[in-house]
Amino acid sequence: MKLTRGDKTFISLIYFFLILLLFAAFYPFWNALAISLNSGTDTAHGGVTFWPRDFTFDNYLFVLKNDALLHGFMISVIRVAAGTVLSLFFTGLFAYAMSKKILIGRKAIMIYCIFTMVFSGGLIPAFIVNRNLGLMDNFWVMIIPSIVSVWNMIVFRTFFEELPPEMEESAKMDGCGYFGTFFRVILPLSKPVFATLGLFTAVYHWNDWFTASIYINNQNLKPIQTILQQVLSSTVMMEQMVNSNASAQEFMQRTRSVTNKSITMTTMIVATLPIVCVYPFLQKYFVKGVMIGAVKG
Amino acid sequence: MRTATNKSTIYKRERGKLYELSRQWELQVMVLPAVILIFIFSYLPMYGVLMAFQDYNIFEGMANSPWVGLKHFEMFFQSPEFSNVMRNTIVISLLKLCIGFPAPIILALFLNEVNRMWFKRLTQTVSYLPHFMSWVIISGFAASILAVDNGSLNLLLEKTGLIDEPINFLSTSKYFWVILASANVWKEIGFSSIVYLAAIASIDPQIYEAAAVDGASRFKRMFIITIPSIMPIVMVFFVLAIGNLLSAGFEDILLLGSSPVVQDVAQVIDTYVYKYGIQSSRLSYATAVGLFKSAISVVLLFGANKMARKYGGGLW
Repeated sequence: MKLTRGDKTFISLIYFFLILLLFAAFYPFWNALAISLNSGTDTAHGGVTFWPRDFTFDNYLFVLKNDALLHGFMISVIRVAAGTVLSLFFTGLFAYAMSKKILIGRKAIMIYCIFTMVFSGGLIPAFIVNRNLGLMDNFWVMIIPSIVSVWNMIVFRTFFEELPPEMEESAKMDGCGYFGTFFRVILPLSKPVFATLGLFTAVYHWNDWFTASIYINNQNLKPIQTILQQVLSSTVMMEQMVNSNASAQEFMQRTRSVTNKSITMTTMIVATLPIVCVYPFLQKYFVKGVMIGAVKG
Repeated sequence: MRTATNKSTIYKRERGKLYELSRQWELQVMVLPAVILIFIFSYLPMYGVLMAFQDYNIFEGMANSPWVGLKHFEMFFQSPEFSNVMRNTIVISLLKLCIGFPAPIILALFLNEVNRMWFKRLTQTVSYLPHFMSWVIISGFAASILAVDNGSLNLLLEKTGLIDEPINFLSTSKYFWVILASANVWKEIGFSSIVYLAAIASIDPQIYEAAAVDGASRFKRMFIITIPSIMPIVMVFFVLAIGNLLSAGFEDILLLGSSPVVQDVAQVIDTYVYKYGIQSSRLSYATAVGLFKSAISVVLLFGANKMARKYGGGLW
């Protein structure tokens, strides 16, 4: 089809806007990367934008030697693993049962679930409940309350309902119960939805700093995002972390090139890296997952 | 006679139900843990909302705390911060609605006009990425880029000669709302456009061809075909957005508005609840404020849905 002159200006304008957006979306990350690869003392002189000026890996070496930061990363990794597996397991099973029309009480349970989406008790009553359950300063406060997600259940259920029933029937013929059918037939067929919701759940657990910030006082149980938030909100925090750690202190004195800012930026990069690495591979799945969620929700 | 048959059928039905229940015990076992968890972590807090009408004492528990009626609600309405908090909540939400709601729709419309597939895919991949970053990271980026000493934005503005002195963006009240809204658009524009892109993809291409034959320009086709076609899904999201009007945001405001200087423009209902409930332990008072917000949100959601149904799109 031939393009008129009006069409051409219209399209060039669109490209112009999109390139601007592309730059705006990418620049903060790129800038942080450049600062993290630049010597901290040099960054303090200003002007580091796209490329590191005084290239060094000192910041990364420092972060990898700092026990407090490493411990935070470890807590985050354990939390993501436990939280994602438990959540997918219980929510998936729940959704599978809810996808069966013969389930007694199906409608009542659905209303029971939907109501929690419209009205919630709010922050303080939830805080009291968790506190009374003994979840203060407890690792499981970051896992158990979010195991069942009604939203994810609805997405799962929609997916399960669209699976061809023949496969399940043949499994039934072979004497499989519901559990057997779920694990042997449904699970292998549902990789896309597990990948999507797995990604969303994992990202939630990796990114959530707030839960730990109100329920956990023990510094050794805090995930990396919560530690990072403390570091960003007070400059004293990083110094404390360095001073409580002999090897980090020695490193800081030897190199003299790391600063609060360069370490913070480096920690931020390290904390986003897992997401940046994993998500492009799952992109094709989550577009579909978002659609199901949007239409049904 | 009649009653006797009735009784026997009821008996039969009961037995039938029990029998069916025993045949699907596995399904019931699958549902049970979820129902219990939802009860503990969603319904117990709903019951706990009643402490908004008490002087809750953490050592006495709800059973022994005295009832005080609407005292905490009145205290909130009469507090000197009330008008400020309400203003901030409404202004910030409206700002987010006015900028954050149309932005992804415009992005989807623009992406739809792009013919170079690699460019479209690149823009999508890059613009989805911020959605997966935490507000902690984003507030860190913001602090670095908007910094007074050598922040990239100040460098750019100084170099282009727009300002002489670097501006302390994050500690100046008048910039806070703009920064907050921009950061939100930055984070969600790409990801929110997914649904609209999918809606656009489902439009029959023949309609476009017919319009092109009739001589409609690309720009015109966007207005007379694409936009009307995605209107239903836009309405659904609009209803949801109205229901959330009193949720101005929480993590973003808490982290970006941490400077004490901007509190007069940054304090919204949710951060107010956090400040009084968690930081100052005025539990009943904070619960009352939170309940006030939830109640209005439910009313807004139902109201917006009713409005949307008039125009053919609604949630239920």
